[in-house]
Amino acid sequence: MSPLIVCEDLWKVYRVGDVDVQALRGLSVTINEGEFVAIMGTSGSGKSTLMNILGCLDQPSKGRYQLGGVEVKGLQPDQLAEIRNRKIGFVFQSFNLIPRTSALENAQLPLLYRGLPLKEQRVLASAALERVGLKGREHHTPTQLSGGQQQRVAIARALVTSPSLLLADEPTGNLDTASSLEIMEILEGLNRDGITVILVTHEVDIAAHAAREIVIKDGQVLSDRPIHHRAYS
Amino acid sequence: MSTFVWLTVMTALRVLQRNRLRAGLTMLGIIIGVGAVIAMVSIGEGAKLAVQKQIASMGANGILIWPNYSMIGGVRGGQGAVVTLTVADAIDLKKKIPLLAEAGWSRSGSMQVMSGGRNWSTTVIGASPSVLTIRAWAYSSGGPFTQTDMDTAARVALIGQTVVENLFDPGEEPVGAIIRLKNVPIRVIGVLSPKGQSPSGSDQDDVVMIPFSTAERKVLGTSFLGSVGGVFASTDRAEDVFEAVEQIREVLRSRHRLQGDRPDDFIIRTQIDVAKVQEGTSETLTGMLLAIASVSLLVGGIGIMNILLVSVTERTREIGIRMAVGAKRFHIMMQFLIEAMTLSMVGGGIGVLFGVTAARLTSIIAGWPIVISGETILTAFGFSLVVGLFFGLYPANKAARLNPIEALRYE
Repeated sequence: MSPLIVCEDLWKVYRVGDVDVQALRGLSVTINEGEFVAIMGTSGSGKSTLMNILGCLDQPSKGRYQLGGVEVKGLQPDQLAEIRNRKIGFVFQSFNLIPRTSALENAQLPLLYRGLPLKEQRVLASAALERVGLKGREHHTPTQLSGGQQQRVAIARALVTSPSLLLADEPTGNLDTASSLEIMEILEGLNRDGITVILVTHEVDIAAHAAREIVIKDGQVLSDRPIHHRAYS
Repeated sequence: MSTFVWLTVMTALRVLQRNRLRAGLTMLGIIIGVGAVIAMVSIGEGAKLAVQKQIASMGANGILIWPNYSMIGGVRGGQGAVVTLTVADAIDLKKKIPLLAEAGWSRSGSMQVMSGGRNWSTTVIGASPSVLTIRAWAYSSGGPFTQTDMDTAARVALIGQTVVENLFDPGEEPVGAIIRLKNVPIRVIGVLSPKGQSPSGSDQDDVVMIPFSTAERKVLGTSFLGSVGGVFASTDRAEDVFEAVEQIREVLRSRHRLQGDRPDDFIIRTQIDVAKVQEGTSETLTGMLLAIASVSLLVGGIGIMNILLVSVTERTREIGIRMAVGAKRFHIMMQFLIEAMTLSMVGGGIGVLFGVTAARLTSIIAGWPIVISGETILTAFGFSLVVGLFFGLYPANKAARLNPIEALRYE
């Protein structure tokens, strides 16, 4: 397995007022293609900062980050946007769907910025919605869908571009147990199909669906171990 | 790319539809601005066209010469009090100035004209045949009198439309009929085509034209044979008019023996002088209205900018989502620019309807002539587009420069 993500000595320093806050302090981690990794940590541990950097939404202050063999540090905002569009799918805790817009159009969104013809966008988005079990609900708007269904639209939007990396930031944080299990089932399925999944959570039983658990504390890796007794949903 | 623009336009329309009242209020400035531009240009162009028509009705390249007061031993007579312009003057002008294509003369007087049991007070003009040519009269029936009529002082007349309406029944043929001027029976040989109002507001169709000699000897009479009320001249080319005016002045001054700084005892006016005054007035009016329209468009633009800034703030999270899934700055920028331009275009479209309606109403109610040209509509519409683009730039740029992480976290 070749490495998809290589982080070496990542530092991130924010300036809040007169104080420098060190969110990451020389963090190093390597994640291979096809892995299912859970990143855990308390709030303020730096895991959100790490997710933002891994997702190319933010740049490290220092250190190297390679995604699929490409050095990310030093890229311009538009080049980062291009990488997010081609290689990364995001799933957020609060779903982050565009309001008053149908499931189909939400799922189409990344393809819009890729400049695909409308017909092709529709076909790919419909297929993605079908894959997360939302066939027949293409024209529902977010308010007409349950939380679990909204999160599934978000997953469809993340996988419509066939990304190599799926970043899920507390994807079950706003969901009941049953919906959470459905979502984890979908993520496991995607991982089996070869997509690398990185899951950020603070719930141990959700993290247990992953194959590897990385615990972050004070901006550094506290522990990094495989999970032997995986929970399968 | 085209798919992106198309879908973004659809999204923009949906956003407008969702906030109909807000969009309507925002567009108000543009609607009024565009409407005002179209209405006033239509009215202004209409006025200009009317002036041009009037000028054409006076005969293009025409030069008019009237007698002025003359000074005798320090006493100034009123205008026309003394005979200062004669048939001989007119003939001499034509002979001495090759630039002049025609020179004619006329005298007029107010008089009762009768036909059958009816009578009508009108202006009788005794004119040389060349006056008909210079003033470019056309005939709705019959034709002009000739030099022969002039030489024999024939009792023939051309009558204007207003006179026809007042002396004859509708459908009755005036040509060939006999009318009476001061008990002199005169045969109508032509009806003049309507010319409408003169620039000074008099009815040019309320007229009976007879040969000058007939007028002098049989109808109007004269106290001094050969004295004329006015001389008409014309040049072949419009650019020769000013040169011709100078030469006319020289010839007349020498004929009237005006030496040194003695003032002219005649007045020369060209059609171009008249036109200039008229156009100047309508241009001032148009300019003033344009200024009002510009202010209105400016205010409309600021309204658009304001509402877009609100929209950018309201939709910060949406912008974050779009950025996260791969929208570049260009895409975000375009989205808000398209929204701004959609606002201004829809506003411009409504403004066009509004302006055309206003212009039509003005023409119906006030009876002013209007000219609604496609060019005007396109220009006004184009302006609204430019306003949208210009005032959309700042909010669009602001949106495109948002930090994706902060935008995603925005509540």
